[in-house]
Amino acid sequence: MKPAAGLRRSSVVFALIGALALMLALEVAHAAWRAPAEARRIAASAGLVRSLGLTDLALFTEARYARHPALADLHSAFQDNPMSFEHFPSGSFVPLPHALPASALGFSADEVSR
Amino acid sequence: MTPFLRRQRALADYTLAALARRRGKNLALVVIFSVIVFVVASAMLFSAALQREADLVLAEAPELIVQQLVLGRQDLIAETEIAKLTAIRGVTAAKGRLWGYFYDRISGANYTVMVPDDPAMMPEPGTVAVGEGIPRARGFTFAQAPLFLSRWPGELQKFAVARTFDSDSALVSSDLVLMAESDFRRFFEVPPGVYTDIAVSIRNPREIATIVEKATRAMPAARFVTRDDIARTYQKLFSWREGLLVALAGAAILAFAIFAAEKASGLSAEEAREIGVLKAIGWDSSDVIAMKLWEGALIAIGAFLIGTVAAYLHVFGTGAALFAPVLKGWSVIYPDFRLAPQIDGMQLTALFLITVVPYVAATLVPIWRAASADPDQIMR
Repeated sequence: MKPAAGLRRSSVVFALIGALALMLALEVAHAAWRAPAEARRIAASAGLVRSLGLTDLALFTEARYARHPALADLHSAFQDNPMSFEHFPSGSFVPLPHALPASALGFSADEVSR
Repeated sequence: MTPFLRRQRALADYTLAALARRRGKNLALVVIFSVIVFVVASAMLFSAALQREADLVLAEAPELIVQQLVLGRQDLIAETEIAKLTAIRGVTAAKGRLWGYFYDRISGANYTVMVPDDPAMMPEPGTVAVGEGIPRARGFTFAQAPLFLSRWPGELQKFAVARTFDSDSALVSSDLVLMAESDFRRFFEVPPGVYTDIAVSIRNPREIATIVEKATRAMPAARFVTRDDIARTYQKLFSWREGLLVALAGAAILAFAIFAAEKASGLSAEEAREIGVLKAIGWDSSDVIAMKLWEGALIAIGAFLIGTVAAYLHVFGTGAALFAPVLKGWSVIYPDFRLAPQIDGMQLTALFLITVVPYVAATLVPIWRAASADPDQIMR
């Protein structure tokens, strides 16, 4: 990296860092500039969710429990074969339901005491 | 320029000249550092944008979904259950939903077939409204191509495509096929009087827990999924996914940490000699430390900026093209979506703090030792 005549090394590098910082600033400005259009688009999607009664994102379409993780059977990943843990790749992205409700298994403290 | 600035500029010049002497090693360092920042920043931006979109869009999901469970699996729910739900105080409406999955043997894709809740969205019998992924999966060559669905070999049903949702809503509608109720019941042989599940509207969201409690007593075999449950599922999904990507990058980060620590803290004999010479010709300890600080800062800030700028272009310019194959898995339909660009200042600061600051700090400690020692001792 031989600097051009009359230019100090630091000037070149500072200019490069300045250019990168400017690009980052432009990206922030771009995000801000896109925000109203994106808000309209998201509102339209939300309207579609409301009028169709949707519950999930169409992100993983390969298995039904990945397509609708919020509504999936509680043990759906294991139901095809007792020894099969998970064979769809997206299964590694879709975690367990947030809490397996105790009452759904029939062993809640209330039920036992009753 | 004040003397202080002139001095710093001269130090930066000297540092750059020193870096240029070991050009290959230092360029490799900047490249690897930038790639690490790029991967971590991409994961952060992507999951934050998806999470935000999911939060905003799914805020309009039904307040409560009631499923019938039979033998641990979801089953069709009888229309008579609707009355039990509407009888609960605070419930404004309960409507049966009809939806299901259809595996299309022709394209190998899974579709979500649904009867829309809103009558205004209801297609005419014999027609369907489809998401943007379906013409892609089926390779439609012209705009008005009809959709043929085959349930078993030798059987074919024709539906005219009345509407195709554009990719603006792909994230929620990509694989949807909307049908009229009569078509849906005939196509899937669903008898009248049953539904897939029931969507319940609740006037006051604060009453949801109480209503679920009452409904559980009326329908002990049912499962209740609230809007909050849906939101939590997605929160967990995205934090899990981001964690997974960061964990995958973890090995690379560790390798980099060793490399950087070696580079930054383990002072090579040559560098130690250099410091000795500098001190012998009259440099102050503070000058040596300032010079090394410049070195660490230039490398780390440069790599941080390159990585972050590239990550933004990757996630919002190309639609996270590098992550798509991983997320797509075996799906035939993967939504063609663009996320709303957004840079979170907090996240950016966190990324800066976990990349730039440790690197600069790691360069300081050994230099301090070398710079404060006697030149005669370090040159020996």
